[in-house]
Amino acid sequence: MSVSLEDTIKAQTHSPLSWLLSRQTFWVFIAAIVACAALSIATDTFATPNNLFNVTRNFTFTAIIALGMTVVIITGGIDLSVGSTLVLCSMILAVVMHAGFSIYIGAAAAILTAIAVGAVNGVLIAYVGMPPFVVTLGMLSIARSLAMVASNNTVVFQFGPDHDKLLALGGGATFGIANPVIYMIVLALITGFILRWTRFGRHVFAIGGNEQAATLTGVPVKRIKVMVYVISALSAGICGIIETGWLGAVTTNLGSGMELQVIAATVIGGANLAGGSGTAFGALIGAALIEIIRNSLGLLGVSAFWQGTFIGSFIIIAVLFERIRAATER
Amino acid sequence: MAVLELSGISKNFGAIQALDDVSLSLGEAEVVGLMGDNGAGKSTLVKIIAGNFRPSHGTIMIDGREVHFNRPIEARQHGVEIVYQDLALCDNLTAAANVFLGREARKGIGPFGVLDYAAMYRRAGEIFAELKSETRPRDLVKQMSGGQRQAVAIARTRLSDPKIVLMDEPTAAISVRQVAEVLNLIRRLRDTGHSVILISHRMPDVFAVADRIAVLRRGKKVAEKKIADSSPEEVTGLITGAIAAA
Repeated sequence: MSVSLEDTIKAQTHSPLSWLLSRQTFWVFIAAIVACAALSIATDTFATPNNLFNVTRNFTFTAIIALGMTVVIITGGIDLSVGSTLVLCSMILAVVMHAGFSIYIGAAAAILTAIAVGAVNGVLIAYVGMPPFVVTLGMLSIARSLAMVASNNTVVFQFGPDHDKLLALGGGATFGIANPVIYMIVLALITGFILRWTRFGRHVFAIGGNEQAATLTGVPVKRIKVMVYVISALSAGICGIIETGWLGAVTTNLGSGMELQVIAATVIGGANLAGGSGTAFGALIGAALIEIIRNSLGLLGVSAFWQGTFIGSFIIIAVLFERIRAATER
Repeated sequence: MAVLELSGISKNFGAIQALDDVSLSLGEAEVVGLMGDNGAGKSTLVKIIAGNFRPSHGTIMIDGREVHFNRPIEARQHGVEIVYQDLALCDNLTAAANVFLGREARKGIGPFGVLDYAAMYRRAGEIFAELKSETRPRDLVKQMSGGQRQAVAIARTRLSDPKIVLMDEPTAAISVRQVAEVLNLIRRLRDTGHSVILISHRMPDVFAVADRIAVLRRGKKVAEKKIADSSPEEVTGLITGAIAAA
């Protein structure tokens, strides 16, 4: 039987099933479910409503920032400043509201702060041509320091006239689901939509795949690079607002070390640190898996001091898998 | 009237003079072979025409009108398409995504338009069929052979109906059979009224398809003549400097 050229061109390489099985996100999803099932059997404390509520709420904050981080990592960049951006935006919100302004003005100030931080990162990286690692490492120090300056390194727990509104925003629940979880899902849907269905999203992937090619074909590479760092900072800023509402207080060590957890979540969720791949859903799943394992260590009586070892190992192992996969594909 | 007229083009990168007072014209439905040794300035000249670089001096005229390109997209809008030497492909994207890179098809209204995957797969498939290439629009470029990658890069130029197609070493890294395919494609472009500038190291390819030949040496144009009036031996001499100019 002869096969025509048209048939060859129309043929599909993957069936839906083989496509699914080739996705790292799918396997991490399975791992998360298996871990949940195992923990439910092994301990009688995991599958309690209280603990599950804790787990979902805890991973939400990592997941929201991981969404922004995913976009940066797809372009082949990295943003180490997210934890500090979070505390700076939280602190700006807290200080502005404490001074007697409404929650709207406070949130707007926090969002503008996030945009400014992201724009500084982005412009230095895209237009000045500095390595993302260096720029955002500097910003990690700067933003946290600015948070200390803004608050004079005090704890803020009085949020002026809109105090209750802020606490309801972050700490309340709608239809029995914690508000942060709802924000996370909405933000994930938006991120997923942007990555898959917009020209901007397509260009983000193109830059990660071959920046030179993207430039040559007329993709506005520099503008898009600035925008991805703004998106990353925005995700940290939004997370800061929500987390402030959840905690009811802001200290200047909020979000410290968070960048590592966020990067781990992103990479475990299937984003490649070399750029060119990653999904919004993967960021959520990666964050969930980390939190489940963190939580289970506590329930199984392992000292909390071990957590850093696990998170660090996760990053290394995920990158190792990526290496092995790249080597076998060739 | 010449489709493309370059006059007095010079380009400096700091202290390095990549091009020095180069003039060149390209007629309608004409293939001009641009030859020269490594570093002679061929790629720089092509990148200036394609809008990647701005010339330090000199003017570019298209259809008798002076143009200034700040970005590749502006050159495209004037009907200039280019196939880059390294093909400029993103391995992590599909063939169709690469064909449409930088000018993705969208459906919907204005800024709210979403990517039109169906239209892009369909159009890319049509172009691959025209090129007689067994390339699937949905396949990732990283899984493709050298010939398929070439087809993807060439398919890009067919999205619009360009006046001028620039090809930077299109036959450098592909098999003999694929070279013949690419040369046929260049002939097909000319027969349909397109003008082509072909940069190549491969003397037989240039002599097989070009109407005229221009030789660059150390940023200067040392010869421009009809293929019929020249010979591979003479061109080799011009490239190396054994013959000063012709």
